[in-house]
Amino acid sequence: MNGTNLATGAAIDRVDLWIVIIGLGLGSFALRFAFLGLIGNRQMPEWLLRHLRYTPVAVLPALVAPLVVWPGATGGELDPPRLTAALVTLALGVMFRRTLLAIVCGLGTLYLMLWLMG
Amino acid sequence: MTAYAETPSPASARATFLRGMRDGAPFLLVVGPFAMLFGVVASEAGLKVYEALVYSIAVIAGASQFASLQLLRDGAPVAVALVSALAVNLRMAMYSASLTPHIGGAPLWQRALAAYFLVDQSYACSVMAFEKHRDWSLSQKVGYFFGVIIPICPFWYVFTVIGAMVGSTIPPELALDFALPITFIAMVAPMLRSVAHLAACGVAIALALIFAGLPYNLGLLIAALAGMMTGAAIEKRSTTEASA
Repeated sequence: MNGTNLATGAAIDRVDLWIVIIGLGLGSFALRFAFLGLIGNRQMPEWLLRHLRYTPVAVLPALVAPLVVWPGATGGELDPPRLTAALVTLALGVMFRRTLLAIVCGLGTLYLMLWLMG
Repeated sequence: MTAYAETPSPASARATFLRGMRDGAPFLLVVGPFAMLFGVVASEAGLKVYEALVYSIAVIAGASQFASLQLLRDGAPVAVALVSALAVNLRMAMYSASLTPHIGGAPLWQRALAAYFLVDQSYACSVMAFEKHRDWSLSQKVGYFFGVIIPICPFWYVFTVIGAMVGSTIPPELALDFALPITFIAMVAPMLRSVAHLAACGVAIALALIFAGLPYNLGLLIAALAGMMTGAAIEKRSTTEASA
């Protein structure tokens, strides 16, 4: 996510580039295909299914939390407009259980706060 | 026949496909700027437009594309660039496992296609819908998943090319960097419906912040696994108490 600060160095070797593109493509597909492809509709054990029920509410917040607290756009400084927008989105999402409403109000809060704080 | 009766769940895979397209649409705000940024960074790193495009088509995972390109540019060994970027994508295996109970019964070619298009946004959007609509059939779920992809994945390619050709990104004043956190929070919040879910989320957030400094995205994996174990443990305890 923070790939903007690429130093200007030597050109990337084309063989290296294509090894990475192809290897990363195949490897990423293998990771994505691992369970969907190989398990398919075979029954998974109950303990595993129990853990998988909590995958979305664990992975996605873990992915987002550092971006909320240390946004790349502010150089990793805690940013009141972004933090407020995140909290408003969370509160509305929990209260009304309407994703689109939460997104629109969250972005609205972000812009309002950015405008107010100049 | 009740085919035309008013039911809360759509009648056909076509209906869920269209619904998926609609639900996936807000993610354009995330995917457009992010892909454009990759195109810009790739062209700054000396990649030709077609090379940036093939990168995005082959990998179709933003964070790992940035990570590997950065490492290549820094002159890191190919193996390091490859392994680091794959580590960033390890969470995809969790997504794959999480969707298997829902669409694991689909034909192999559909599962392979779904696996290729399994990205953060398509996962978040469809797992949320599948949890909400437990009565959906296999074909309705598969239809929904492929619907969600339509406003997301093709634009990943298109905006990579635009970024690589134009060489400039969406102005930072629009603050679209924060569209990703907002859309994901808005997806997860409605799923926090029990103590177990709240605890899983809380543990994951705390550990993600504590371990944010670890390399290779390891903090994310530790936090996610600990969150899942927390949720599962609380669920197990409450069900055994209830049946005792």
